[in-house]
This record gives sequence, C-alpha cells and structure tokens, in this order.
Amino acid sequence: MIWAAVLIGAAGTYSEKLLGYLLPASLLDNTTVRRITGYLPICLLSALVAVQTFSTGTTLVIDARVAGVAAAVIALMLRAPFLVVVLVAAIVTALLRASGLSE
Amino acid sequence: MNIDDTAANDMNMRPTTVKALGVGVATGAYGLSFGAISIASGLDVWQTQALSLLMFTGASQFALVGVLGAGGGIVAAVATAVLLGARNSLYALSLAPRLRLHGFAKFAGAQLTIDESTAMALSHPDDPQRARHAFWATGLSVFVLWNIGTLAGALGASLIDDPGTLGLDAAIPAGFIALLWPRLNSRSMWALALVSASLAIALVPFLQPGLPVLAAALVAVAADRIVARKSRSSSQGGTS
Repeated sequence: MIWAAVLIGAAGTYSEKLLGYLLPASLLDNTTVRRITGYLPICLLSALVAVQTFSTGTTLVIDARVAGVAAAVIALMLRAPFLVVVLVAAIVTALLRASGLSE
Repeated sequence: MNIDDTAANDMNMRPTTVKALGVGVATGAYGLSFGAISIASGLDVWQTQALSLLMFTGASQFALVGVLGAGGGIVAAVATAVLLGARNSLYALSLAPRLRLHGFAKFAGAQLTIDESTAMALSHPDDPQRARHAFWATGLSVFVLWNIGTLAGALGASLIDDPGTLGLDAAIPAGFIALLWPRLNSRSMWALALVSASLAIALVPFLQPGLPVLAAALVAVAADRIVARKSRSSSQGGTS
C-alpha cells in the first residue's frame, strides 16, 4: 500500500513537471491558474502544520509536540537554517517527554 | 570553440557552479531530515529512497509521508503531494522558452524542475547561456546531495526503535513550517495560512486522517474567487 502511494505519487508529480514543457506558454497569462498554484502550497503546508501539531488520528490533542513546534517558530524567527529548525523541535519535544512534564 | 574559449567559459561559469553546489549542500541537509522523518512515518529505506529519486520535490515528499504516517489513505496522500507539486508545472512553463530542451534533455530536465533550479535559472534573465548552466548545475547538485542526504537520514533513523522518544513526530510539523515560513511574506498570505490551518483543525474529528489537509486546498480556490471579485469591482470603480 505504501509502495502504491510512492509510485503513483511520483508518476503524478513527474507528469506535472513534464506537462509544463509540453503546454503552451500562454497558460502563464491566466491569472486564475497563477493565483491558485501560488496559494496551494500555503494552504496545504499550513494545514499540515496544524494537523500534525494538534492531532493524532481523528483526535485533537495537545502534547509535547506543541512546545517543539513553538521552538521551531522561534528558531525560524532567528533565521536558523532548515536542519536546525527541525532539530530544535525534536530536541525540545524529546526533553519534555524525558523529563516527564508532557507526553 | 578552441581550448582557450572553453577555459574562459569555464572561468566565467565558475561562480554559478559554486553557488549551485552551495544550494545542493544546503538541500542535502533537508534531505537528511526528510530521510529520518520518512522512516519515523513508517516507510522503509527503499520506499524513502524511491521518493527522493522518483518524486524529487521536497514539499510533496514531506506531505506524502506525513499524511501516510498520520494514518491517511493512499488517495489523500497522493492528492496532497500532487496538489503541492502543481507549482512545478508553472516553473516548467516559465523555463521552457529559456532552456529550449529537446529529446532526452526534456525528460531529464523535467525531473530537475524544482524550486531551487528554477530560482537559480530565472535569476539570469538576460543571459540564456548562464541561465541554462545555472539550471543544470543546481538541478544536478540538488538531485545528488538530496538523495545522499535522504539515504543517510533514513539509515540513521532506522537504527532508532521509537521515533516518539526522540521527538521525531514534532520534527514533521517543524519541517512543514520551515517550508511555509518564507512564503508568509504578506498579511494576506498569513490570513490564507490561518484560515487553512483553522479549517483543517476543525475538520479533524469528522474526517478520515489526511482529508482535512486536502480540504484546505479549497481555501486556495475560494481565495482566488475573492481576489478576482475584488480586482474586478475595483477596476470597474476606477473606470466609471
């Protein structure tokens, strides 16, 4: 099942890339196409952040991840590089769990 | 072209090559965290590596493993990844007249069409030769280092029994927020993000995992309609 998602997903994203080289460039003049493709990453990424921070399955939960993500935001405000942001979130979350302060 | 010309040309392109390698090294670090996060989400090393080789577009890869890891089905995972990859079509559209790829180069170039290679190529609008060099150098250096990073991260993380104790489950949303951060460059983009996040959270108890994120794609369509109506009414106001 995971393999199906990997292969179908890869075929889909590759087709998107190739499609751009095959379609007429005039599509770029369409403001609706440009706007929606510009908005999509913001909508999907912010939804992913929210869901993966505040839920497990279909249940809303507040646990150590929230502190980890908050620490990541602070790291971003301090212009930390990607790897540091991710590490800070993991370390803060792990420390909270190890200390028994949070699940 | 004689040897002197080639040498002069190489010298000329060297700053672009160095920059491309720098971008590749930075992305390799992303690859490291992708590899680790993918394993923490329940994929094996082969599946993780297949994503970096075949999908090769970071945000979509993170989304696919994130949705699968959260218990979403194939359809939700693939749909989220494909929607996130839609911007690559626009990149290819803008690059096509500049790169003029034919035959095999078109199929290889398509796979290398991502945020980094596009940004580097488009930063030389008046110099097509340098733009082409920037595209290939950045695309290839990111492809190689992203895949090496993925493998290292995946192998490292597969040595760990419980990803939760290391806080890797928090690394996933942290990775998404790092990808999101540079795009939040105006008040309306913040509004878009907050509405999407709130909608997804509100839907979590009612939908299968993965679907609340997909529902946020509708916010993009709604926002487009709102902006279109606003610009239409303001342009009418301006002319009447």
